[in-house]
Amino acid sequence: MHRDISIHHGVSCMTKLKINGKSVDIDVDDSTPLLWVLREQLGLTGTKYSCGIGLCGACTVHINGDAVRSCTVPVSSLDASQDIVTIEGLSAENNHPVQQAWKQLDVPQCGYCQPGMIMSVSALLKNNPNPSDADIDANVTNICRCGTFNRVRRGIHLAVEINQNPNNQDNKRGGA
Amino acid sequence: MKTERINVSRRDFLIHSTALGAGFSLGLYLPVASRAAFAADGAAAQTSPTPEVNAWVVIQADDTVIIRIARSEMGQGTLTGLAQMVAEELECDWSKVTTEYPTPGENLARDKVWRSFSTGGSQGIRGSHDYVRKGGAVARHMLIEAAAEKWDVPMAECSVASSVITHAPSGRTTTYGQVAALAAELFPPEHVELKDPKDWKLIGQPVKRLDTDDKLNGKQVFGADLQLPGMLNAAIKACPVFGGKLKSFDDTRVSKMPGVRKVVAVEEDAVAVVADSWWQAKTALEALPITWDEGPNKKVSSASIDQMLDEGLTSSDNVFVGNQNGDVNKALMGAVKKVEATYRYPFQNHATMEPMNATARWTKDKCEVWCPTQNGEAALEAAAEASGLPINQCDVYKIHLGGGFGRRGAFHDFVKQAVAIAKQLPGTPVKLLWTREEDMAHGHYHPITKCKLVGGFDDKGNLTGLHVRISGQSILASVRPQWLAENGADMITFQGFQADGDHAISYSIPNLLVEHAMRNPPVPPGFWRGVNINQNAIYMECFIDELAHAAAKDPLEFRRKLMANHPGSLAVLNAVAEKVGWGKPAAKGVHRGLAVVKTFASYVAACAEVSVDDSGKLKVHRIVAATDPGYAVNPQQIEAQVEGSFVFGLSALLYGECTIKDGAVEQSNFHDYPSMLIEEMPKVDVIVMPSGGFWGGIGEPTIAVAAPAVLNAIFAATGKRIRQFPLKGIDLRDA
Repeated sequence: MHRDISIHHGVSCMTKLKINGKSVDIDVDDSTPLLWVLREQLGLTGTKYSCGIGLCGACTVHINGDAVRSCTVPVSSLDASQDIVTIEGLSAENNHPVQQAWKQLDVPQCGYCQPGMIMSVSALLKNNPNPSDADIDANVTNICRCGTFNRVRRGIHLAVEINQNPNNQDNKRGGA
Repeated sequence: MKTERINVSRRDFLIHSTALGAGFSLGLYLPVASRAAFAADGAAAQTSPTPEVNAWVVIQADDTVIIRIARSEMGQGTLTGLAQMVAEELECDWSKVTTEYPTPGENLARDKVWRSFSTGGSQGIRGSHDYVRKGGAVARHMLIEAAAEKWDVPMAECSVASSVITHAPSGRTTTYGQVAALAAELFPPEHVELKDPKDWKLIGQPVKRLDTDDKLNGKQVFGADLQLPGMLNAAIKACPVFGGKLKSFDDTRVSKMPGVRKVVAVEEDAVAVVADSWWQAKTALEALPITWDEGPNKKVSSASIDQMLDEGLTSSDNVFVGNQNGDVNKALMGAVKKVEATYRYPFQNHATMEPMNATARWTKDKCEVWCPTQNGEAALEAAAEASGLPINQCDVYKIHLGGGFGRRGAFHDFVKQAVAIAKQLPGTPVKLLWTREEDMAHGHYHPITKCKLVGGFDDKGNLTGLHVRISGQSILASVRPQWLAENGADMITFQGFQADGDHAISYSIPNLLVEHAMRNPPVPPGFWRGVNINQNAIYMECFIDELAHAAAKDPLEFRRKLMANHPGSLAVLNAVAEKVGWGKPAAKGVHRGLAVVKTFASYVAACAEVSVDDSGKLKVHRIVAATDPGYAVNPQQIEAQVEGSFVFGLSALLYGECTIKDGAVEQSNFHDYPSMLIEEMPKVDVIVMPSGGFWGGIGEPTIAVAAPAVLNAIFAATGKRIRQFPLKGIDLRDA
């Protein structure tokens, strides 16, 4: 029943990773998921643990621009050739269009799922700058128990507008 | 009026107390950056204290207004709403408002100056509106008085707007920041008048939340994120069978695994691995051989619990009456037509996105806990109990919650565990974080009940009698036995059926009997967002729909006729009917269902529009929801809560069930306990219609109308009544 620890554990892994544009050296057991490297080795706790099996999306980060659920990515599968971006590295001043839209619409409630939500949405917009509601339904599969979905949807459409007209003050009116 | 009134002991006390608050803030908001500051005991002394004007208001020299919030923020927006209420009376500059949590230990030391910390039952606003507004008004008075003293002019000649105090006769102005230190030395006025609601400028405005920025960039620290210097991490497993105990474990199998520091028994029923990192702790825990003493509940199953509940549907043992008028037996005997139905509502887990956690540091003189909690005072009591120390040597530092939903209010099992672990590593802070699987296995679940309803009509088609028999679990008997009625009844079981009060029935029925056969299976129940109104609203509102159908009446008209004496409920029902266009055809293939309740002192109604396709697939297109909460403090946050309530209510209806096998919960994660996704989310049209004169709750009420409105719409679409939940796995097509 119990795993043989001599095979699966204790294999230390010295890895160089590129996270938020910086090169970092990591020394952990090679089976450690990226999520726990971010949270416990690098102090990047914006990436959240919730399900641990890749279902809820709270741990979403970007790897080479794609949304990836970091709780199921072992650190041994990564090296310095990938660009890893976490919520802390999404924008310099909290001003990514998705963050701006989220602020204007007061999207977060408890906020625990929101870093993952924002990373999922920002990856979607990178690959599909003007998603339809059907595109949103198909691509945003993060769980939110507070129930922010309708503001998330409006936030995505607002982020598209902000992207298209970054200087338009009308976008800054907010209003929920 | 002058300086002779300065009370030195008051000033000293306040400065001391505020310093504690500042130390707490250091520990809480910037745990990574301020590790060093926190590490040293007495870190608070490093912060120069800002005197508080009163318990609710601290004003800094730069005019920053710190408003103290005793209730917990868990997404529901109470933090912002409470600050709005203090600021309304304070007349301060809203753009300079920030907030902080006092600790429950400070509250205890200061004779409960902040009153209740409990954040549940949709009480955050409605349970504290008067004293927090008074807190703001008292502070305003003291600040103006301080300016008047400084200028040596009568206070009545001074006015204030947006933190600027003006003495019109001389044209002088000053700001709150400039007189705060002086104000802090004055005695508070004995009496202050609160504004008439019609004069409110900030209450009622859709201002933005105060806590959004850090939730957009990863800076918001939740309990699970806390890092303290020298901290170790713990993963825990308790006996999966309810009531079972820990028999033994073999730590030699894991003690040499990377990072492992210690394997400890926790209370009587759990074992934890403490390691450098949580991932190491969890990995070692999975490899740890554990033997359980599973105890007598090993034989309990969903089937055995159903048998227990079925017996209660007709038994006369341990039955309590919740509401009664007329003679229901006589009415039903004389009825020319009777309708009968039995419903079942399952166990459900809260499944907060952030799993249970707490961080504790124990020494022989002091126990400190950092945790997300809906009730700081209860967390403090739990910490004191587990620590073996007097309560005044313990404190709890509250952290924003990654979801609460009732799980983190009445139960602090995670706090007791964290302290029990930390006690075995004196002086070392230990963060305990549950896995999702542990969270599923050891919830305090939404209670299980069945309900049999019998209604009778006279020969003119009037509803003459209704008998409601609920059979099932009492939350209070398990959680708060001291709150049971003298005869042992659990009156909150009757939410939505009560004769009057916050959860009164919305109908007048000439002969009514509502009973509860208390049947308590050994699965721990708990308060769940909505508590008992969620299932009771299904029982009542779906059965009213059944009765309307049996009487060949329109469900809206049928309800209206029984609601003549319930104008609050009638008004919200009419509002949704008008907005949805009841009576006019919906889009092709789309069908409508209604529900209305009074709950948590608010009146709420919903109309759902759904379709069910040929394969039985349900789509909820739109929900129109009306809420009359009396006063609406922040309409845009009410809108957010109402929208969110449908995610919680519909997730419960579609997917929410914990089943029991061999005395344990069978579900383990979101694959077998799913939650709704954005693709399933209907459009929600929110009507906020505050009628004034009372204070109703917001966080929970509309959850209750989600499921019955959708179920009644499913019936309209298919002709099929669904009476057991969740819908997952049920063929919705008409048989």
